[in-house]
Amino acid sequence: MDFSGLINDFGPLTVSGLAQGAIIALFALGYTLVYGVLRLINFAHSEVFLMGTYACLFVWGLFGLDQNSAAPSVGLMLLYLVIGLVGAIIASGATALAVELVAYRPLRRRNAPPLAFLITAIGASLFISELTGVLTHRNQKGVPPVIQAKPLFTIGDTTVTNLQLLIIVLALVMMFLLDRFINGSRLGRGIRAVAQNPDSAALMGVNKSRVIGLVFLLGGLMAGVAAVMYNLKIGVTRYDAGFLLGIDAFAAAVLGGIGNLRGALLGGLLLGVLQAYAAGLFGSQWLHAASFVLLVVILLFRPTGLLGESLGRARA
Amino acid sequence: MRQVLARAIGGVAIIGLIAGAAACNSDSGSDDTASGSNCGYKLAYFGALTGSAANLGVNIEQGFELAIEQYNKAKGSTCIEVAKFDSQGEASVAPGVARSLVADKKILGIVGPPFSGESEAADPIFEAAGIPTISPSATRVSLASKGWKTFHRAVANDDSQGPAAAAYIKDNMKATKVFVADDQSAYGAGLADVVKSKLGALVVASDKTEGDGKQADFSALVQKVQSSGATALFYGGYYTNAGIIRKQLSAAGWKGTLIGGDGMKDLGLSKASGVQQAVGTVVTCPCSPPEAAGGTFVNDYKAKWNVDAGTYSDVAFDAANIFLQGIDAGNNTTEKLNTYLSTVNYKGIANTYKFTETGELDPSLIKVWAFKFDSSGDAKADVEIKTS
Amino acid sequence: MSVSEKATFRSSGGVRGWFGRQPVWVRGVVVAVALVLAFLLPYAGDIPLLGPQIVTEGIDWPSALFNMSYYVLLALGLNVVVGYAGLLDLGYVGFFAVGAYGTALLTSPDSVLYADTGWKWLMAVPVALALTMVAGLILGWPTLRLRGDYLAIVTLGFAEIIRIFATSTTTLRGDRGFASIPHPPGEWGGKPIFGVTDAVPYFWLGLVVIILVILGVRNLDRSRVGRSWLAIREDEEAAEIMGVRTIKYKLWAFAIGAFIGGLGGVLFAGEQGFINSQTFVLQFSILVLAGVVMGGSGNMAGAILGGALISYIPDRLRGISLGDTDLYEYRFALFGAVIIIIMVLRPQGLIPSRRRAMELKDREKEVAPQ
Repeated sequence: MDFSGLINDFGPLTVSGLAQGAIIALFALGYTLVYGVLRLINFAHSEVFLMGTYACLFVWGLFGLDQNSAAPSVGLMLLYLVIGLVGAIIASGATALAVELVAYRPLRRRNAPPLAFLITAIGASLFISELTGVLTHRNQKGVPPVIQAKPLFTIGDTTVTNLQLLIIVLALVMMFLLDRFINGSRLGRGIRAVAQNPDSAALMGVNKSRVIGLVFLLGGLMAGVAAVMYNLKIGVTRYDAGFLLGIDAFAAAVLGGIGNLRGALLGGLLLGVLQAYAAGLFGSQWLHAASFVLLVVILLFRPTGLLGESLGRARA
Repeated sequence: MRQVLARAIGGVAIIGLIAGAAACNSDSGSDDTASGSNCGYKLAYFGALTGSAANLGVNIEQGFELAIEQYNKAKGSTCIEVAKFDSQGEASVAPGVARSLVADKKILGIVGPPFSGESEAADPIFEAAGIPTISPSATRVSLASKGWKTFHRAVANDDSQGPAAAAYIKDNMKATKVFVADDQSAYGAGLADVVKSKLGALVVASDKTEGDGKQADFSALVQKVQSSGATALFYGGYYTNAGIIRKQLSAAGWKGTLIGGDGMKDLGLSKASGVQQAVGTVVTCPCSPPEAAGGTFVNDYKAKWNVDAGTYSDVAFDAANIFLQGIDAGNNTTEKLNTYLSTVNYKGIANTYKFTETGELDPSLIKVWAFKFDSSGDAKADVEIKTS
Repeated sequence: MSVSEKATFRSSGGVRGWFGRQPVWVRGVVVAVALVLAFLLPYAGDIPLLGPQIVTEGIDWPSALFNMSYYVLLALGLNVVVGYAGLLDLGYVGFFAVGAYGTALLTSPDSVLYADTGWKWLMAVPVALALTMVAGLILGWPTLRLRGDYLAIVTLGFAEIIRIFATSTTTLRGDRGFASIPHPPGEWGGKPIFGVTDAVPYFWLGLVVIILVILGVRNLDRSRVGRSWLAIREDEEAAEIMGVRTIKYKLWAFAIGAFIGGLGGVLFAGEQGFINSQTFVLQFSILVLAGVVMGGSGNMAGAILGGALISYIPDRLRGISLGDTDLYEYRFALFGAVIIIIMVLRPQGLIPSRRRAMELKDREKEVAPQ
């Protein structure tokens, strides 16, 4: 164990952990939204994210950007960022809807047992990631340096880069917008209604099918944003990138209290920071093990996660 | 009633799906291609073609297949057939696939298995069947000491590459602060351990990462490298992880040199990290530079597969040619071919090959070269490393 | 099983209804014939016309059958946990790993214990199995107060911790693995029965173990334990109030599930002769779970079919081409599609448990108007 190393690098590890955690949190929202409404683990959400990473690269590719391009000027940078976000959001949203349509809707029509949904989602996940693997020759794809990481300011001996700040701020903004949407808008009220009691909501005139579609779409949007952030931070994507980060995101959702939006944010940030500390203290190979140990310990004391489960309001 | 019908249709659909797939089995074993002497046999590739290790496996398979295609073209007929066996690079899958390979009596020789783990599981089966193997990339030292008569490898084992890498860091780079990390694979950890022990006090810190496809965020490693003040990072592992690490190191502003073994000698590294970031990255390889060996391999490969040759493609090409030369000389049984391998002295495009009794490359022929990534994105020969 | 349920089962149509109506001797003959046919499976390739359609290409058929046999074992074990007790376990591969590693540690010359133990395979089996049961209890004890999906992520985490532990500690040798694990004992005509080139004996061994497990689990299911599992699965609170000691019986389910998973691991290690940490990845447990649910959760026949299919379909899809394209690269993508199709057409599983099928019928009637 390397205590002195952890203390020396405490600041930088915290910042990079927060950035990673912000991505995990955005990703985790998809799990939490679907779980809150349908009480299902949407196993295919990892592939929703994966499609976002590839779509973002595809769109940048249309502008002639590849991993060898020079870093663009500030104006172009913003343009590329917005375009990348739009591309990723469209692809992730579409994938989420497609999964809902193909893997979930037919089962819902027959009121199938919950495990059946889990298995079709696993099938969908396998199908999308493996197909991507074959089509990309299982190679990695490098990301163009759309945003070059530059030190922005320094607190003590901790340097924060523009990229880290952007990721954290963007994640918080997205969270805030989503929270406002769910808790403040008419459509959001529909979502909360279905989450609380689907049958009563249907009787009160809420279109359940549409609400479910909307929930998948929202999860997809968040995953799309997470995908662009991931591209910029990690710099490389591959056909199994979704599965890898998906486990973290799922763990983060459960950690915060699955079905709870703010819980996903808390869980994600906590997990990201903890992974960074664990990697600093024990070595990078223990990073995932540490996050699961934390998860088990927390669930032992709070069996429904840190903030408990609830979408919008407490469930009766 | 509707439900019963739906169920019946469902059942039929599933059966139909599998049976339909079965009905279009690829035709294997057409016997009419045998023309001329020493023809009508097969050479097999055994290794990963799917799964997370498939990129390395495909490199090897394509080099192997290219050699046979060129041979057949020269013969004017499909003299030697290509047989492919997908082990997924996994020790758990390998034995069953290996047993199906040995059931095909036309197969005279095998190029593979690429990884040490699957070799442990599959080579006993090849040994029992007496089919000679040449592995282009399984470098675990202990493989040669199992008493397998059919085992050969066309690369030097971990023990010869590690000291060379350490010597390069010490003598050529004159680095005084080195960070050593590995991906915990048998290959990567083995290499890193040797380098660490050879460098001794020059190593300022070390770390381990998860394997390929199991980790993408290396910011903790990057942070440790930066704060250790190291000017060189030795990474024992494959290019998949190395490309991401290289990129994240550059993004964090680290100016030192990344150095690694032959598992990192692949265009994939610079494709992941970007060429500018990869420039200056050093890989050691117990192989001679392809430019020196001449030949049109690089262009032929690109023409055939529409991708650049990768790590071990050239070694696999050579391994296939060693077999082809043997078969051409009339060694048309597995026993004869195995005996031929014990005496062969073949000059290929990546190296000159001569095997010792245990199937290792003859130590006198092992040359370790350092390759450096340049602005073309490829690793070009730098210097030959003297270890003594 | 209650009397009235038995009556409905006998009077219902289909193969199972017919089977239930037959006298004991007919049922005995049917079972015996099925068993003989199962043991003859390695020679299925010799059946004219149909045979070549069944057997796998690119992977030796007896080996594929052996692989199916340990997948079936895992499915049977997971079926106890998920199907009977209703505990969602996403990390079942952990027990498989403990069984295999227990065997390797006690028998392989690479093990640190080799100087002290260096046992034969058969001697290591009971110890390795005891170890997996203990692992089941260790996992079960703290986690069983978690419900449903929380349990799923904890078990998933447990399996990942085992994998990372096996990868990163020197005693468990990580990717380097344990080589030269001895094969099961026995000789026939001077040659060892369990060699390296022929997988048929391993399949038969697997089949015998499967039959024993089926008999054991069947008896348990019909005992007090099985009824308690049913009660817990249907409504844990109600079961508790009615005096069922839920924690005790959930622990039973975990320990028995772990035991069966460990059996799979022990067989696996004995056949392979080599194990390393790469085998025990998460995708493995997810596949087995898919198999159990696809086959019909809560029904042993379903679990067996599902377990066999998840191993058989990808293996069967090797060496198949469509036009000029070789399809084996697409194998797992196709497999994913097959999973979706099966589940959409038969949400209750291919061979559902009768109770589940009836439940589903009720649920289908309840579907709220869309």
